[in-house]
Amino acid sequence: MSSKPLDYENLNKNVKECQYAVRGELYLRASELQKEGKKIIFTNVGNPHALGQKPLTFPRQVIALCQAPFLLDDPNVGLVFPADAIARAKHFLSNDYQGLGAYSDSRGIPGVRKEVAEFIERRDGYPSDPELIYLTDGASKGVMQILNAIIRGEGDGVLVPVPQYPLYSATISLLGGTLVPYYLEETANWGLDVNNLRQSVAQARYKGITVRAMAIINPGNPTGQCLSEANLKDVVKFCYQENLVLLGDEVYQQNIYQDERTFISARKVLMDMGPPINKELQLVSFHTVSKGYWGECGQRGGYFEMTNIPPKSVEEIYKVASIALSPNVPGQIFMGLMVNPPKPGDISYERYVRESKAVLESLRKRAHIMTDGFNSCRNVVCNFTEGAMYSFPQIRLPPKAIEAAKKAGKVPDVFYCLKLLEATGISTVPGSGFGQKEGVFHLRTTILPAEEDMPAIMASFKKFNDEFMEQYEDHKGYSRM
Amino acid sequence: MRRFVADKTRNLVRRASTCSPTCPVSPRPHHPPSLLSQPTSPPFSSSSPSHPSSITSPLRFLTAAALHPLSFPASPNSMASNYSTTPVTLQSVNPKVLKCEYAVRGEIVTLAQKLEQDLKQNPDSHPFDEIIYCNIGNPQSLGQQPITFFREVLALCDHPAILDRSETQGLFSADAIERAFQILDQIPGRATGAYSHSQGIKGLRETIAAGIAERDGFPADPNDIFLTDGASPAVHMMMQLLIRSEKDGILCPIPQYPLYSASIALHGGTLVPYYLDEATGWGLEISELKKQLETAKSNGVCVRALVVINPGNPTGQVLAEDNQREIVEFCKNEGLVLLADEVYQENIYVPDKQFHSFKKVSRSMGYGEKNISLVSFQSVSKGYYGECGKRGGYMEVTGFSPEIREQIYKVASVNLCSNISGQILASLVMNPPKVGDESYESYTGEKDGILSSLAKRAKTLEDALNSLEGVTCNRAEGAMYLFPRIDLPHKAIKSAEAAKTAPDAFYARRLLDATGVVVVPGSGFGQVPGTWHFRCTILPQEDKIPAIVSRLTEFHKKFMDEFRD
Repeated sequence: MSSKPLDYENLNKNVKECQYAVRGELYLRASELQKEGKKIIFTNVGNPHALGQKPLTFPRQVIALCQAPFLLDDPNVGLVFPADAIARAKHFLSNDYQGLGAYSDSRGIPGVRKEVAEFIERRDGYPSDPELIYLTDGASKGVMQILNAIIRGEGDGVLVPVPQYPLYSATISLLGGTLVPYYLEETANWGLDVNNLRQSVAQARYKGITVRAMAIINPGNPTGQCLSEANLKDVVKFCYQENLVLLGDEVYQQNIYQDERTFISARKVLMDMGPPINKELQLVSFHTVSKGYWGECGQRGGYFEMTNIPPKSVEEIYKVASIALSPNVPGQIFMGLMVNPPKPGDISYERYVRESKAVLESLRKRAHIMTDGFNSCRNVVCNFTEGAMYSFPQIRLPPKAIEAAKKAGKVPDVFYCLKLLEATGISTVPGSGFGQKEGVFHLRTTILPAEEDMPAIMASFKKFNDEFMEQYEDHKGYSRM
Repeated sequence: MRRFVADKTRNLVRRASTCSPTCPVSPRPHHPPSLLSQPTSPPFSSSSPSHPSSITSPLRFLTAAALHPLSFPASPNSMASNYSTTPVTLQSVNPKVLKCEYAVRGEIVTLAQKLEQDLKQNPDSHPFDEIIYCNIGNPQSLGQQPITFFREVLALCDHPAILDRSETQGLFSADAIERAFQILDQIPGRATGAYSHSQGIKGLRETIAAGIAERDGFPADPNDIFLTDGASPAVHMMMQLLIRSEKDGILCPIPQYPLYSASIALHGGTLVPYYLDEATGWGLEISELKKQLETAKSNGVCVRALVVINPGNPTGQVLAEDNQREIVEFCKNEGLVLLADEVYQENIYVPDKQFHSFKKVSRSMGYGEKNISLVSFQSVSKGYYGECGKRGGYMEVTGFSPEIREQIYKVASVNLCSNISGQILASLVMNPPKVGDESYESYTGEKDGILSSLAKRAKTLEDALNSLEGVTCNRAEGAMYLFPRIDLPHKAIKSAEAAKTAPDAFYARRLLDATGVVVVPGSGFGQVPGTWHFRCTILPQEDKIPAIVSRLTEFHKKFMDEFRD
């Protein structure tokens, strides 16, 4: 038979080259094992509700009422729904919003964008323009839209942290651009070194690549660090000097597990720096309803905010957004609720605070249990998860294990993670999916399994790791590098 | 606005050159011959600003050439603002982004939004008191009510905490509660707030596959279903897979829904047009397909897929089964992927036409998995449900190797999953209440009410349009649109040219200014050169239709009086 358009060899090469480890080999094997009846602990995706986190009650009440507006006419609605949820649903069903069943403005419902702008202003202390805020189907779609506007061809490069969340590498390769890596310093708690950045840019330019943008993930994914204000300032200055668009992935801004370094937005740092830089540096910031104590991944709600992007480029981004008609409206309503939750004095306030605090405090405890657990294991070292939802321990694999992996045709950390999965049912993502320095190996787990299961999970990890190291380590002992 | 035909494009290029002296500052001297011989993807650097419409190549003539009469001449001054040195400027933004156009939300709509603001501030600012959006198939924004049963189930799935409470039974119908339980049981942990499998929740895909099997009388496999945020992302995904470079072509109907031209432009491919025959009710002739395929091949374009929109958008025709068989045969013989846009499958308004899916047609011809590559797109935004805001949809992908399916899965996984509410709704529309269910009667009542009203509105508007001087309009057999042809007087065309706008855009703009009715000019969809159309949805509520008819009639009469030759 003659070759068909979608035969593998005829496929768009950008599609073939794109890699997305979070749902890669490990995940597929884990799904197989699950089908065979094995109990699998999925720690591969930051998907809190899948691991038992309960949704916050208030937003679910409001969205249910928006789905079924006829309930509002039912005299018994008050038996099931509190008055403030009813009032908020009426607000979203008013003429300015048109309910959940109509396409909205392609940039998102104007009222919700205004609420987002007010939230940003409260957070940063600087006004924000709703016209420069676009709602999206989750933050990933936003990142894709912006990268699509930036990348013209393989001559265009985007600076991406390594280790990085593979959304960036996957999207850049789908769009046919070039990823320019900069390494985060594991020994400096995954800090970001500007000299390192300079080197990466110089190298890329030497190869003829036009570096156009820099992505930062703060708090870090998979690395869990929170960038300090000083560090962020350096980044802003660097982008300004090098004429780069700064992409601030700030989806984990609610997930902070220590009190020393709270979250500071790139936008606030930029504005604090004053003119001329605050009027010139191009910045796009991303946020989502999927993370934080909301964890509403299934809703696909998000936004990006553009700073100092020229109006004509904003219009082009609008045009591309309009081809997808509009982001999903329930997701937009969730965003509206997230940026404007119940206030003191509202009927649902106390419950909302109780529920959200419980989630965050428990995550904080889990971050500690996990980091401590990893650090108590042989040949494992792990930075503390300051923020986000992940732990990213380094596994010092003995040479024999690396050899065995080679024999099995696997990357060493994939080999380790597969063994871990088979032995314990813990499904992780190998560090090679995120990028790491050569010869250094990691794995990523989320800190999301339920608190009460955590000690047992860590014990079973320790047991596996001990046995693994026992099997592959020379009896002379492995010298810590 | 776009042109699909070379001579038309040249026309505009000529027009662009002749008007360049009137540009405040010409970005660079126009040398059309050298521009035409430029490499098709010139290295863009911020030091060599290029006007988007001055970059073109013979090959691009076949495609959605980005000529935008309405925006010409662009003032180079406005680009050279204080942003000129920043990395993302109009000169350095991805040229594929500049190239793509999407008329359904274009210039006219932006203007309409402005007029709406005016009216809010001062109700007397215009000769009408409201804007009527007939530009987009967005039924609920014009007052169509959602199907109660669907919304009950969605509400319960969004807030499962109330399922067990006795008060809930007083608020919701029993079968909605039962369905919500069923659906939640298919979701691990009942977590509607979790990312799902990147193809969509398995149980929902099983329900959808069963719905397809029931519709077609041929089996469907849940593993072939990819749930998506509306049908549009599914179309993008397929374009991404198919298009390797501008040498790859996709056959698209003209007139077409501009999602296709925009998506092909964004992915850097070439649109290969085939014309629907207006005289035979927008008929699709195989001879035309063959002709265009040959032309494309001789231009060095490798045609990879054929897009068919059935029922048609913007043209509203429903394909006859015989015609569909020929199309299947054509794709099979030519080795083309058949991309079947079937989002209007429930919107049929005439008794002599029926919807047949391409899957059913090809299976009934005896062609299976190994014979034809077929992708069928469906959406929750259309039909009698019209749930545009939910962004639910799916594609059924058949006749592809497992390797390719894996690639589609990988691309889907980068975006994690489509929204769960939309996924649930997609399963509901493919498996609505059945005879004997508590909600069956109210469901059929609502459904029939909406569809029969749409049919009435289509007929009223069609008749009204056909009674206008110089206007002919094919019947809307299906979908949600009318696409009347207007014979514009010479004088009107001249005036449009003077205003540097396409004649049908000129008409649409005048219509908006006079009546507040928003339509999309035919040039946004493509049309036979020298003919002019507009697209008007049939979606305004029935009680608004008489007013629209009288405003439209009055406007058209005045327009003709002003411009009649």
